[in-house]
Amino acid sequence: MSGETFEFTGKFLSEVERNIAKYPPERKQSAVLACLFLAQEQNHEDGHYVTEAAMRAISEKLEMPYIRVMEVATFFTQINLKPVGKFHIQLCGTTPCMLRGAEALMEAVKEKFGIGHGQTSEDGTFTLTEVECLGACCNAPMVQINDDFYEDLTPELLINVLDTLKGGGQPALGSQIGRVTSEPEGGPTVLLTGPAPQTADAPNAPNSGAGD
Amino acid sequence: MTTLLEDKDRIFTNLYGYHPWNLEAAKKRGDWDNTKALIELGRDKIIEEMKASGLRGRGGAGFPTGMKWSFMPKESDGRPAYLVVNADESEPGTCKDREIMRNDPHKLIEGCLVASFAMNANAAYIYIRGEYRHEYKVLEAAVAEAYEAGMIGKNACGSGFDFDLYIHHGAGAYICGEETALLESLEGKKGQPRLKPPFPAMSGLWGCPTTVNNVESIAVAPTILRRGAAWFSSFGRENNAGTKLFCVSGHVNKPCNVEEALSIPMKELLEKHCGGVRGGWDNLLAVIPGGSSVPCLPKDICDDVLMDFDALKEQKSGLGTAAVIVMDKSTDIIKAIARLSYFYKHESCGQCTPCREGTGWMWRVMERLVKGEAEIEEIDMLFDVSKQIEGHTICALGDAAAWPVQGLIRHFRDEIEDRIKNRTRVAMPAAAAE
Repeated sequence: MSGETFEFTGKFLSEVERNIAKYPPERKQSAVLACLFLAQEQNHEDGHYVTEAAMRAISEKLEMPYIRVMEVATFFTQINLKPVGKFHIQLCGTTPCMLRGAEALMEAVKEKFGIGHGQTSEDGTFTLTEVECLGACCNAPMVQINDDFYEDLTPELLINVLDTLKGGGQPALGSQIGRVTSEPEGGPTVLLTGPAPQTADAPNAPNSGAGD
Repeated sequence: MTTLLEDKDRIFTNLYGYHPWNLEAAKKRGDWDNTKALIELGRDKIIEEMKASGLRGRGGAGFPTGMKWSFMPKESDGRPAYLVVNADESEPGTCKDREIMRNDPHKLIEGCLVASFAMNANAAYIYIRGEYRHEYKVLEAAVAEAYEAGMIGKNACGSGFDFDLYIHHGAGAYICGEETALLESLEGKKGQPRLKPPFPAMSGLWGCPTTVNNVESIAVAPTILRRGAAWFSSFGRENNAGTKLFCVSGHVNKPCNVEEALSIPMKELLEKHCGGVRGGWDNLLAVIPGGSSVPCLPKDICDDVLMDFDALKEQKSGLGTAAVIVMDKSTDIIKAIARLSYFYKHESCGQCTPCREGTGWMWRVMERLVKGEAEIEEIDMLFDVSKQIEGHTICALGDAAAWPVQGLIRHFRDEIEDRIKNRTRVAMPAAAAE
């Protein structure tokens, strides 16, 4: 897709409509973040970012001034205003992750793929961004790659994840050391009286549980 | 002497996601059990019970939840009322609401229904941070299930009360965890806090009466109403009632989330549930007890401090979100706090000058202190500037940026001075040789 024109299509269009319907009819503007996310997703193959054309399309769709769309787009860190790699590594660098080795993760990515903060690998596979706390501090250090969290990392474990992705595979989501979620490593100290773990329904699996 | 919480008194029985999150499994855990009867208690009784439980807001400020609900207009003046759930969990160290949303979403949804009923709100929005993509999907699926089963929607749970619930996501801005910035963002604007008054209960979302509550505060409400205020308030010290999710990160052997009674001694929390401090208790340097915004505490205070609102306030820190960040003696504490200064600089919305300029200024000084490239007098100057930021901004981000720096200077001044002196000593001969 070029940056010249933009139109929501297919499942993205129906998601846009579904999100707009969450708000009173005269409050469509509330859907602007959802629209910006969806515009990025529709543009995933071309760099997962919002173009000016996309922002104009959103402004028309939501009947709000273009400048207000742009104001929101530039305010939020998850809205990309320029292309990112196929896999956007958002590496948490805030203190809880730093205390458990985030800096070594940063170094490992630089050494292996030659990219630092804000850079994209030459083949366009990876973009590395140091981000602020992602809210998975009991599983630090961690990264978010596109939509997915990878937690309890060491440099080796992170490189494994990245190699797998690069090779077209899907690494296990969440903890890389076998924790189900944020229970203590080796098993919980509490909630021991309930039924046995049903790890097949581990919540990190994107399609777990009913309703999907 | 406190006693540890027993499993039978834990609210979040699927905290670790060992069981499915779906409606059927949630019902087996006791959620949605005759919710109609909770609604039939009536508005006044629900609010009275929430007040009596002593529940204080779990999002950081610790404002009594029942009292907050009582501020909403009793009768509508024609405007609709809203409940907005703050699920923009972004305070560094905090990762508890995430577990509620992905593992126990029905507790939150049921809480939304009951709380909205008590506040005469026929609609609620959950504002979840943009990075929680999977949690967003789980919540949306759980809401769809709840509609399908008639738990919410028209005549929710057969109560005669109509209730709609929507999930709204953010896109990576810490400031949107501030309630009025959250409302701005929910209205489709950039997330800059509003001046108060008017308070949201008078004029919040789209100018309508609105209450903003944290995920955990809402999710515990149905259990409090079922088991009674007296049950909930039997945990913790007076004015610090209830059970609480603690998020323990950093230098413990086994970082984890855990639900415990408030007022548990910090040492017991870390040793009982988190495998203790790396290298043993004597290897402890300092703890940030309530998320990045609260001042750190050195080991000698941690030895016997209790984990509750009042005990931590007495030590000039705070319970905040109960995110406990542990630092052992290998930590460069100046660097650890400097990284938080960078965080606040990055997340300042730029609206108020003291915060916009001050957070950057503090971070730059902190970076020099990390290397010892400063004068001793600058420590006092930094403290003084932090005091000029604190209390001089529209929202509390200015305070939140100031407090970690103040805590560092209060408890680790010697370390900062030593680093400056050591560097001066090393640097002097080189300078003399020029």
